Amino acid sequence: MNEQLTERVSIGPDGVICVIAGKVELGQGVLTALAQIAADALGADLAQVRMVAARTDGGPDEGLTAGSLSIQRAGPPLREACARVRAACAAEAARRWGVSPGEVTVRRGEFRSGDLTATYADLAKAVDVPVEETPAATGTAQSVYVGTSVPRLDLPDKVAGRPRFIHDLHLPGQLYGRVLRPPSPGARLARLSPPPEDLRVVRDGSFLGVLGESEAAADRALGRLRRLAEWDEHDTLPDERELRTFLRAGPHETIPVCVADGEPPGGEVIEATYSRPFLAHASIAPSCAAARWNADGTLEVWTHSQGVFLLRRALAEVLGLDVEHVAVRHVEGAGCYGHNGADDVALDAALLARESGGRPVHVRWSREDELTWAPFGSAMSADVSAVVDEAGSVRSWRYDVWSQGHISRPTYGGRPGLLAGAHLERPWTYGAAGDPPPQAGWGSARNAEPIYDFPRAQVTGHRLTETPIRSSALRSLGAFMNVFAIESFMDELALAAGRDPLEYRLDHLSDPRAREVLRRAADAAGWGRPGLGIGFARYKGYGAYCAAVAEIEADYDVRVRRLTLAVDVGQVVNPDGVRNQIEGGAVQATSWTLKERVRFDRRAITSRDWESYPILRFSETPEVVVELVEHPDTPSVGSGEAAQGPVAAAIANAVAASIEVRVRDLPITRDAIIGAIG
Amino acid sequence: MTRLTVNGTPMEAVSDPGTPLLDVLRGEMGLTGTRFGCGLEACGACFVLLDGQPVASCTTPLSVAEGRDVVTIEGLAPGDELHPVQQAILDEQAGQCGFCLSGIMVSAAALLARDPHPDEEAVVAALDRNLCRCGVHRRVVRAVLKAAGEVAR
Repeated sequence: MNEQLTERVSIGPDGVICVIAGKVELGQGVLTALAQIAADALGADLAQVRMVAARTDGGPDEGLTAGSLSIQRAGPPLREACARVRAACAAEAARRWGVSPGEVTVRRGEFRSGDLTATYADLAKAVDVPVEETPAATGTAQSVYVGTSVPRLDLPDKVAGRPRFIHDLHLPGQLYGRVLRPPSPGARLARLSPPPEDLRVVRDGSFLGVLGESEAAADRALGRLRRLAEWDEHDTLPDERELRTFLRAGPHETIPVCVADGEPPGGEVIEATYSRPFLAHASIAPSCAAARWNADGTLEVWTHSQGVFLLRRALAEVLGLDVEHVAVRHVEGAGCYGHNGADDVALDAALLARESGGRPVHVRWSREDELTWAPFGSAMSADVSAVVDEAGSVRSWRYDVWSQGHISRPTYGGRPGLLAGAHLERPWTYGAAGDPPPQAGWGSARNAEPIYDFPRAQVTGHRLTETPIRSSALRSLGAFMNVFAIESFMDELALAAGRDPLEYRLDHLSDPRAREVLRRAADAAGWGRPGLGIGFARYKGYGAYCAAVAEIEADYDVRVRRLTLAVDVGQVVNPDGVRNQIEGGAVQATSWTLKERVRFDRRAITSRDWESYPILRFSETPEVVVELVEHPDTPSVGSGEAAQGPVAAAIANAVAASIEVRVRDLPITRDAIIGAIG
Repeated sequence: MTRLTVNGTPMEAVSDPGTPLLDVLRGEMGLTGTRFGCGLEACGACFVLLDGQPVASCTTPLSVAEGRDVVTIEGLAPGDELHPVQQAILDEQAGQCGFCLSGIMVSAAALLARDPHPDEEAVVAALDRNLCRCGVHRRVVRAVLKAAGEVAR
């Protein structure tokens, strides 16, 4: 039996220290980084620290694992909780040995004073003071793991093919479920022919599902169910060729980001408009969940959601349960890049398990469900204009961005926000997505405020408040588009002034960390050679600094050969972890920039598979070089979303530098280049 | 009943012969290391070796595997050992979420079995049917080249 010393830390008789950080592994390595922090604060051996996945029945509510905030937000309280545990155990050792606590040291999990030694397992049993009231230990623990490239703790299982993903979960008596989604967003079930007796159909309004004894049986049952359903369909979607108009048509919420007084100064005006399409999460694994209804009316759910507590509230609301009767537990899924279908499929599983006679139900979406029904990252469009002086420097800046909102997570805006809810007999509709507030870094307007020292800047967001297309958080939210637009335009201004794009930026930039990151990336890439493009941002205005330089090959197709990035995340917990996040972010951003676009006609989403929604392949992947700019004395900030915007701008600027074609509408495909020439 | 060899062991599968090999492996055989990614043989997550060739197990019916040799990620190396590709992936930390890795390592193992000295171009070509969304492509290529050195030794 483990000794529970704090909400976050318990210690077993075998000396294993279980740490529950309230954050979840999304493929980004956060549990490894948090384990490093915990091990150092405990003075423990990393091998004795076991990270426990977030769950609502035990462990702290740390909210979402999102926004590149996990290390920044969860790191300090975890460090403090672990330091308190260490202090309490050291105090117990001191009492036992009749020495002062200051004479007790701990290293690799061993407490020592002179020749006397004790382990966490020995001491934890005797600690009876509330550890929360013990002052945290300071000073004595050394940094053994923080700052080093500890290998990922979860990777050995995944490389060996051992069961670890939620897709591999097998609960006793488990059934497999499939959901028959409507054929299009506006569709409603018109008629369902009576199902044969051996087909276990679950229906609630337009929500349809089937159960089977195996994955294959469930797939076959889904095929049979499909033939029984007739749907009423309607054209509800905008024209995909006119997204600029659609986004500007409104109604809008106006978001004042920077308000400038008075009239802009006189001078030459330069202006441009940029856009990006809707983007899909396109994880390699479809969303998956399991659920079990117990005889006492409680519900257990297994999920790869980013926020088990929010999901619990949303499920309780839709299902009419007390939140205390719902337990939600995290199990690892495939890479998560934002609000994907993980929460939705958890409701699917709960709805199917409600009709399964108490047997647990495991539900996995299809590839088509994943690409057409998970929320998208919103299409966006931005108008930028600047008044420049005779040297071409900015005297006044104006930026307007049009977008759908970037957050419709469970419970946001007072709605459950779960897909199947909208299809039920008594529906829970999901409204247009909202945006996070300024203190959380905005959504549509994320990184819309320029980092440059412009004498005057007017920046406004315009969030669409009605839309038939479901959007929510996709890695970096509005920052990808806003940085692409701002940094493309900075290049256009530099070129119009006949000035070097790097020097032009530096001439408008006083932040010393920003200048250092820009110079480091430029130096590492050999700036000055023809054909290079640069892009830069500080994520959210207060997160990681990142500059990217792209080297491309272009005729009609664009191929990115090399990306060189410099990044400053403050104190680095795991250098290779940061590199891996920056590399991965850069490669994913290359894919978004060159290839990706959600396709639809007026009725349905038509990008349904990997042919119609292509992503970057091995043969198209650039070499990525990452320079870490170390600032060990400044607080750690996240690295997962720093690279996206700078990379998009660097690629577009490299295209302009290489073939003198400015592409302002993503993705930069062959057609886009031909269009920009025409 | 369908007879086939899975990871060196003769097996008799009871699933309907039309069942996708992926479901037989993950379901009745409990070998969940092979992944479902798309069901359309378009992502490589479900690759297994069939008589040494990487195939998409999601669209390969069990009947096609009758009398043949199937190797999954669990059987790339004997027992608890790791195949040089698996070891190199760990050494290079060539993973983020890890979901695509089973199929990628199956493709890489097949490449090294037929060409122990591939150059970078050959590695990239051998992996081009495998998709990765987290963006570890270049780490994977480095790992496979490193593993090639080990295999050749």
